[in-house]
Amino acid sequence: MNRFFAFVLKEFRHIYRDPRTMLILFGMPVVQVLLFGFVLTNEVKDANIAILDPSKDVASIRLTNKLVSSGYFRVAANLQSPEQLEPAFRKGSIKLALIFPSDFGHTLDHEGTAKIQLIGDASDPNTATTLINYANAIILNFQQEYAQSSLGVQQAQTPLILAETRMRYNPEEKAVFNFVPGVMTLILMLVSAMMTSITLAREKELGTMEILLVSPLKPLQIVLGKTAPYLALSFLNAALVVLIGMMVFGMPMRGSFLLLGFECFLYMFVALSLGILISTRAQTQMAALFVSALSLMMPTIVLSGFLFPRESMPVFLQAVGTAFPATWFIPIIKGVMIKGVGLSYLWKETLVLVGMAVVFIGVSVRNFKSRLE
Amino acid sequence: MSILSIKANSLSKAYGTVQAVKNVSFDVRKGEIFGLIGPDGAGKTTLFRILTSLLLPDAGQASVDGLDVVQDFKLLRQRIGYMPGRFSLYQDLTVQENLQFFANVFGTTIEKNYALIRDIYVQLEPFKHRRAGALSGGMKQKLALCCALIHKPRVLFLDEPGTGVDPVSRKEFWEMLRRLRDSDITILVSTPYMDEAELCDRVALLQKGEIMAIDTPEGITASYQRPLFAARSDDMYRLITDLRTLEPGADCYAFGEYAHLALAGTASRSATPTRPTTLSRRTSTETIQQYLESKGHQNVEVLNATATIEDCFIELMHD
Repeated sequence: MNRFFAFVLKEFRHIYRDPRTMLILFGMPVVQVLLFGFVLTNEVKDANIAILDPSKDVASIRLTNKLVSSGYFRVAANLQSPEQLEPAFRKGSIKLALIFPSDFGHTLDHEGTAKIQLIGDASDPNTATTLINYANAIILNFQQEYAQSSLGVQQAQTPLILAETRMRYNPEEKAVFNFVPGVMTLILMLVSAMMTSITLAREKELGTMEILLVSPLKPLQIVLGKTAPYLALSFLNAALVVLIGMMVFGMPMRGSFLLLGFECFLYMFVALSLGILISTRAQTQMAALFVSALSLMMPTIVLSGFLFPRESMPVFLQAVGTAFPATWFIPIIKGVMIKGVGLSYLWKETLVLVGMAVVFIGVSVRNFKSRLE
Repeated sequence: MSILSIKANSLSKAYGTVQAVKNVSFDVRKGEIFGLIGPDGAGKTTLFRILTSLLLPDAGQASVDGLDVVQDFKLLRQRIGYMPGRFSLYQDLTVQENLQFFANVFGTTIEKNYALIRDIYVQLEPFKHRRAGALSGGMKQKLALCCALIHKPRVLFLDEPGTGVDPVSRKEFWEMLRRLRDSDITILVSTPYMDEAELCDRVALLQKGEIMAIDTPEGITASYQRPLFAARSDDMYRLITDLRTLEPGADCYAFGEYAHLALAGTASRSATPTRPTTLSRRTSTETIQQYLESKGHQNVEVLNATATIEDCFIELMHD
């Protein structure tokens, strides 16, 4: 065991003496979580809208106020004529325009129905759709309130089905709830796998592999000895990312920290053993880096359900996605942090990760050449 | 117990179409410094890797310290010390950390085998907190030797320990090897430097994967048959081309500040060595001197020369 400990100590020294490794290990995750968290979001806040309101009556002003007080919209321009609409969109200063007819309140009061026009800037279709949906929801809400307050019962009621929706676990539908777990998954995978994948390749490049081989060290000792220090450091990393998620982005932590810690540990062990597996095959650090970045980054982003819902993927791609650890880790981390569920709900995912770890380490040891090629 | 430490029997190894080692056999006795002498690409490193169990031979068998290099490689790896040709220590670890690491990996401590490395390590001691990458070439070699020795191996493999090291450090290094031999460690060393060959107990001259001769350095030089001269003048380049046309079969090559001229050996390689000094020969230092002066050379100097390993090597290469 002393032999193994000596090896781990040596690895630790390699890591903390190399500023680049330290930077990748600790700088990259922090920067990426912050970047992803702030930039990669489909939430809309304070979107600029333009109002064209020739009627300027009680109803139109109430509706405008209701839109603005929702927090989603900000009136950037009060248009005087429809001609001003086009230049405002062209400049890109507004995302949405709300156009009232000239007798909005009057028509609404007397005919019980009125028309307004919503014009979205669909050069960014996602944002436009989101904004229109928000606005529609607010208008619907306004309509009900208005009907009750000013019309009373005098108007013949049109039957209305009011669907009362509740978004559980994330009532405000915050995008960070989706992105922080996704980013954590991505970053822990990349950092862990990339760092370890170059580590064996580096020994090969520097020629030190030769003397490691001509020593009584067993392949398992070398493989685990390479993994252990990164596991410890990545664990710190995971803690840092969770902390940023909670402090900066307001991620909830409804489950147990102990379970979260265990799951992170397990996931990182899988990622690290995957890195080692790549490393046993790659001859140079560049090759190792290339393979790990290419083969892990894309599937983790695209297939794991991080950016795109897995349910809408073709069955074939869903199946491919199950081969990647991230696909199993995202439900775990969301379950623990957001839903606060325990192991009894997550045992399947956990078991899959354990299985992956065993397979990867096993194949790495088998792949490990006790001789030079 | 056998008195043989290394037995190599008809070893062959090819990389693709390149035959790196061809049917090589040699024996190394216990406590001997055995040199594999040959230029780059002669197959020295490949042989080392086969004998240290890092490569599987395509054909042939080898044993080191009684252990088969293929079957018993796990046991073997505990008994040998290997210093690869390229500096292969951890450059970002300090001198002491490197040594400590290799001691621990072999399940021992620095203290336990300190006696073995003391002579070498005292020179490194002042730099023990310096990173290995910041050491000079000579110091690196000494550290690598310490690391290869720290587990008290029975057989030590040194692949080109003199390459990239200054002459003074090289000399010191060889003195250490001689002292190690006295502590019963068998040493297999390879070198492209012919002058290092003369410091070995026995050498094998290796060329293009084949052994050309195995003998003591004295035995090898004694078997040299051709009349050998050393010559120089102000225009060395022209001197060499001129001497090559002196008579049929004459070889001439640069040798330090002289050029060595080997004439076609008339005498067969008999048991009685015919020294080039015998005056029975038609060509002598005087005739060569006259020949060179007739070609217009200035400051001509011609001497009789005794063959070195290098001369033998060059002759064997022509065979």
